[in-house]
Amino acid sequence: MKPKTADKIATTLIVFFALLIVAILIGLLGYILVRGLNHISWDFLTSAPQKIRAGGGVGPQLFNSLYLLVLTLLITIPLGLGAGIFMAEYARPGKLTNFIRLIVEVLSSFPSIIVGLFGLLLIVNYFDLGFSLISGAIALTFFNLPLMVRITEQAFRTVPKAQKEAGFALGLSKWKIVTSVLLPVALPTIITGTILSAGRVFGEAAALMFTAGMSSPRLNFSDWNPLHTSSPLNPFRPAETLAVHIWKINSEGLAPDAIQIAAGASAVLVIMVLLFNLLARYFGRFIYRKLTASKRIN
Amino acid sequence: MVGRIYMSLCVLLLIVIIVSMVYFVASKGIANFISGEVKVSEFLFGTKWAPEADTPSYGALPFISGSFLVTLLAALIASPLSICAALFMTEIVPGWGKKLLQPVIELLSGIPSVVYGFVGLSVIVPFLRDTFPGQGIGVAAGALVLSVMILPTITSVAADALASLPQNLKESSFALGATRWQTISRVILPTTMPAIMTGVVLGMARAFGEALAVQMVIGNAPFVPRSLFESASTLTSVITLSMGNTTMGSTINNALWSMALVLMLMTFIFVLLVRMLERRNKI
Repeated sequence: MKPKTADKIATTLIVFFALLIVAILIGLLGYILVRGLNHISWDFLTSAPQKIRAGGGVGPQLFNSLYLLVLTLLITIPLGLGAGIFMAEYARPGKLTNFIRLIVEVLSSFPSIIVGLFGLLLIVNYFDLGFSLISGAIALTFFNLPLMVRITEQAFRTVPKAQKEAGFALGLSKWKIVTSVLLPVALPTIITGTILSAGRVFGEAAALMFTAGMSSPRLNFSDWNPLHTSSPLNPFRPAETLAVHIWKINSEGLAPDAIQIAAGASAVLVIMVLLFNLLARYFGRFIYRKLTASKRIN
Repeated sequence: MVGRIYMSLCVLLLIVIIVSMVYFVASKGIANFISGEVKVSEFLFGTKWAPEADTPSYGALPFISGSFLVTLLAALIASPLSICAALFMTEIVPGWGKKLLQPVIELLSGIPSVVYGFVGLSVIVPFLRDTFPGQGIGVAAGALVLSVMILPTITSVAADALASLPQNLKESSFALGATRWQTISRVILPTTMPAIMTGVVLGMARAFGEALAVQMVIGNAPFVPRSLFESASTLTSVITLSMGNTTMGSTINNALWSMALVLMLMTFIFVLLVRMLERRNKI
């Protein structure tokens, strides 16, 4: 074969496969949204699921997913920021730093089901927190923390050196430089990364089956006292999230319209993840403009 | 000073988490072997999983082989696609190719695994059932679902590797009169191969540990599969299904923990492989 012909064939194949991936995504999203959207209604989003009869909704599950996300971020953001800043600014290159880096890498590549099992063993049984929102949030912390550390570390590393040097030249302490010079510049990247990781947490199911549980108690949405057992805000109640719900109705759903519910719930989940994606982009730019006196973005 | 102590505590917490994770899973995972109820060889190579029989046997080979099979198949399907996508982004149309594929890759990686499972169950399984012999659920369905799930991982690592290749390598190849494909196949791909392999290994690690999407489409039969269209199980799928129905501390339950230990050890192996490939890539 002439090299020119081989080149043409190869190029065509590469373009074909690349466009195939685009087609897969469009097909996937199209399928989920088309199948799911006509099942989504206000009633579907707010009513409780039915066990055997048709017409159940995903209200409590949707609330649980969002609430669990908030709880998880409340725990992971401070911890992730702390460890990430330490890795970027304080850790000296050496054996210990390499070891910590290895740990972050291993922790982030653990399968989420292992994280869930560990949560079951340690939090649910050993610390006796039971199947509860707080157990789920702690398990998701193990899952999300390495990601937060990496995001923070990378965000700090991309800050131009000159900014730091200028701070030192002014005689500022290291801590002052970190908090008032580096953090504002790194913050947009950190926020973007955090919202993207929130999308992952929102769709996570395997780690939650064994920690937050697979059932939701009857909730009284007019009771906002977090200490009451039927209050949606009580962190010590079991909580089935949207993603776990989808898995459950697909594996053992008894309602006659289980497949439609799964389609609707999948569409809700995907729309939420898309929203997180958009929000991450928009919010990152917005914060960047607010914090850094710059009028233009790259 | 307070800041520094706080940050050190955060890092310490990471170390505590991972050490306790390894300790707890390992201590549960080897409980059966230490008490002598299950032999290591029986667990690893036994083909019969019948924990509720009169003479129970705890052979996990069906699940171990199932995990490896779907992982390898998924990598075989996804790698060529991903490498083509990465070449498309960096070599063929660097401008709009990246603008087109970057968001596609991000969205694919953002879709939750249960949604992949659901789509697999309602699109891929019926398609396989109509076109091939068998029920549709099985190894092939699992591998197809997984391959779409790991596409973004491999593509983004491969694209990074290709983009970081020194420009003059390419230019000198073109200067010698090579066509684009000759440059790609003889210069670009061989030089970036270790980095691309890193992406493939990362994708395989993800596929090996993926639980719910696989469980939904693979059929969950405890046999070593003889054909691609037969039901099988993976380590993750059997853990997902059985962990909740067994009592803590029983032999079955501990056998499930042994499977979790296998998963964990495989994660270590994958991380080790990635590290080795990265080291080779630096030279």
